[in-house]
Amino acid sequence: MAHVQAQQQHPIGIYLWIWGLLFVLSAFSYLVDYVGFEGLLRWFLICLFMMLKAGLIVSIFMHMAWERMAIACAILIPPGVLLFLMGLMTLEAHYTLLARLRYFLN
Amino acid sequence: MANEAEAAPVLSPGLKGLVSDFGSDQRAFKHVPWGKAMMWIFLLSDTFVFACFLVSYMTVRISTADPWPNPSQVFSLHIGQTNVPLLLIAIMTFILISSSGTMALAVKFGYEKNRKVTAILLVLTAMLGASFVGMQAFEWTKLIMEGVRPWTNPWGAPQFGSTFFMITGFHGTHVSIGVLFLIVMATKVIRGALDDERPGFLTGRKGRYEMVETLGLYWHFVDLVWVFIFAFFYLW
Repeated sequence: MAHVQAQQQHPIGIYLWIWGLLFVLSAFSYLVDYVGFEGLLRWFLICLFMMLKAGLIVSIFMHMAWERMAIACAILIPPGVLLFLMGLMTLEAHYTLLARLRYFLN
Repeated sequence: MANEAEAAPVLSPGLKGLVSDFGSDQRAFKHVPWGKAMMWIFLLSDTFVFACFLVSYMTVRISTADPWPNPSQVFSLHIGQTNVPLLLIAIMTFILISSSGTMALAVKFGYEKNRKVTAILLVLTAMLGASFVGMQAFEWTKLIMEGVRPWTNPWGAPQFGSTFFMITGFHGTHVSIGVLFLIVMATKVIRGALDDERPGFLTGRKGRYEMVETLGLYWHFVDLVWVFIFAFFYLW
């Protein structure tokens, strides 16, 4: 990367590879439902395939892997706070469920 | 205005580059055209909108005392004698991924100034996107005929309908808008407006092939959101 260009030009092979990989990963995540895995294994596999697919799309198709660190950090770090929101709302939702079961469904 | 060829050799990579980029004058995002940077920031805000929908879906699904309808059965298709679970959704997923693939190739051929192939790929992407929306319309019709409403459904927790229509509806709207923009961009490419740097009809911006990449970012984002909807709503 001695001569950095503003344009994103990459060999066609990498796009075709990622395209194929996304197909395979989608097939896997569909199979999780088709085969009927349950419980922790199901959640783990769903999340694993989801994160792999998302990572491939963002890094290769959206060219984030070749961007400079400044924009990658500015765009990819802020969504991290959504995990915090998710955690908060999980607590809240369980509390609501508890209240409903305790007071409304006897 | 200092041009980028002058600034290029002094940029350092990695973490050091991060610090110097943010500490530099005028623009932090080196080598990123402003249109592309703004598209990324828009997508960041859109991420938060979709996340709000998905987190509210999680909240109502956890907190409801009624059983949640089994998506595997709700979205199954009757083929011959058997019920194939999630068949339509799987087809929609593959179609959207394929449209992302054709879009990525359109960006590549755009930068190579290959007008014809870029236009064909953009039209192909638009057609795949339109077929995705068509299938979604079919799915909505099927569920509405079966009695799913935002406030009720025949199988369990009433929140199922509201979250389903809200999330897939918002995503489908994004796909539809993307299809419109793809058609506009394909027209520009066919006319040669990007090669000639002709100003756009609405914004007056000069045509450039970076526009194809910026539109591509939006399109890949739509595919990206579908990955999360597929995992959380249909598979969970």
